[in-house]
Order: sequence, then C-alpha cells, then structure tokens
Amino acid sequence: MSLVRKLLPPLVSGTLFGAGLTLSGMTNPARVRGFLDVFGAWDPTLAFVMGSAVLVMAVAWRIRSRMGTPIFAERFSLPDRKDLDGRLITGSILFGVGWGLAGLCPGPAVASLALSPLSVLPFVVAMLAGMGIQRFIAAKPLRRQAVPE
Amino acid sequence: MMLPGFPDAQPLHGLAGGVLIGLAAALMLLGAGRIAGVSGILARGTGIAPGDMEMSSAWGFLVGLPLGALLIALTTRWEPADFAAWPVLVVAGALVGFGTRMGSGCTSGHGVCGVSRLSQRSIVATLSFIAAGIVTVFIQSMIGG
Repeated sequence: MSLVRKLLPPLVSGTLFGAGLTLSGMTNPARVRGFLDVFGAWDPTLAFVMGSAVLVMAVAWRIRSRMGTPIFAERFSLPDRKDLDGRLITGSILFGVGWGLAGLCPGPAVASLALSPLSVLPFVVAMLAGMGIQRFIAAKPLRRQAVPE
Repeated sequence: MMLPGFPDAQPLHGLAGGVLIGLAAALMLLGAGRIAGVSGILARGTGIAPGDMEMSSAWGFLVGLPLGALLIALTTRWEPADFAAWPVLVVAGALVGFGTRMGSGCTSGHGVCGVSRLSQRSIVATLSFIAAGIVTVFIQSMIGG
C-alpha cells in the first residue's frame, strides 16, 4: 500500500505530463525552435501551452494554500529560496542555449524516449552527463566551506 | 483552428496540452506535495542528485512521461519529429543537463510551477532561458543563411 502511495500519484502525473507535451507538439523540436524564432517564422504555440499550464497551476497553488498536508504524502516538500544569484541566471542561460540548439528540454526529451528513442538518446545521455559534471563541480566549494577554520 | 498570421501555430492543441501539463503539475503538488520539475526528478531518479524524494516516486514520474507520450501517439494523428544531428544533440544535451542543475530547474519546474506561484527566482530563470534560446536560434539562423 505504501509503495502504491509513493508510486501511483507520480506515475499518473508523469503520464498526464507526457501526454500534454506530445498533444501540444512540444516533443517536436521544430515547434519549440519555432517559438524561439521570434525574428523569423515565429510559432506562438508554446505560449498557449505555457499559458494554460500556468493558469491551471495558479489555481492549484490557491488550493494548496488552504491545505495542511498533501493528499498522498505526509508533508509538502517545496522550494523556499527567494534570493537571486549568479548561479540561477548563468545556469538558466546555459540551459536556454542548449534548449535553442536542439529544441529539447528535459521533459520532452524523456517523453521522446517512447516516440523516437534512437534519435533522442544522444541528447538524454549527454544531459545526464552534464548533470553529473555540474554536481561534481558544485560539490567542491561546498566541501571547502564545510571545513572549520 | 488557425491563428491569423501564424499558419504553423496550433493554439487549440497547445491549450489542451497545456491544461494536461497543468493538471499533471497540480496532481504532483496537491497529491505528492512536490514540484513537477523534470530536471530535478531526473537527477534524483538517476542518483545524480541527492534529495528527500523517494526513488520509487521519481521513477514513477519518469516512466509516466514516455508512457503518456506513447498514449497520445497511438490515439491521435502523430507524425515522427526531426531531431538535430547527434553532435548538436550531444552539445545541447550537455548544456541542458549542466544548466538546469546549476539554475535549479527547467521549463517545467521554473516555467510552469514557479511562474504560476509568482516566484521571483523562477520568473528570472524563465526569462533568462527564453532569452538565451531566442538568441541561440537567431545566431543559428544567421550562420545557416
């Protein structure tokens, strides 16, 4: 029962998410790059995707503010940082360059493993490598800070 | 439905897909008490990043993504997409992996979950990656002719 509680809500959420990405055309790199091509043949479809997703989620945040605990978990585990820092902006810019180059971000890339597995595999493998390299680099200054003077 | 001036746009598919994505993120928030940020869940599921999310939960979500994609591909008129050549995919993938971890999120976590919560961090991150994507596509179109 406990495993069902841990597994089922994320499984249903992931399935809805993958369905939404595919239905909206976001698993097609050309459509994503079309949205970013504002100085060329701009394709505004992604704005509709993000617009409706954000609207639904805005309602969910309102509901959440009146809930003590989530339905299937003991507590909420949500990010609480409010500071802006260089890592946030630099990381987002690097992500944006990769996103523009391939027309892929993590969700559509993982979803595409079912649609075009061989085509998307180099991206997914490199993405995991990039995540690992970032973790390795980021771990260094943290360790230095942890050493008492 | 056609959007005047934008022959390639599919606003209705976009709206419908966006509602599904919003419901997915809402279920994750209200059901599991978490942000549906794909980059974070992927890092957690593969063991790249530590976290308090259960491995089984992360894998539930990660298995669901291609499953949902498959369901739509089988039930609607779906055409296979074109992907970039593999050297471009490798460079782009590495940047996406590195960047999303450094910037603590991607299109789903910052762009959908954070912006809808009016998180200042997520709004800045989203504007940053959209701007960087626009510049990248523009430079590519200049180089490509």
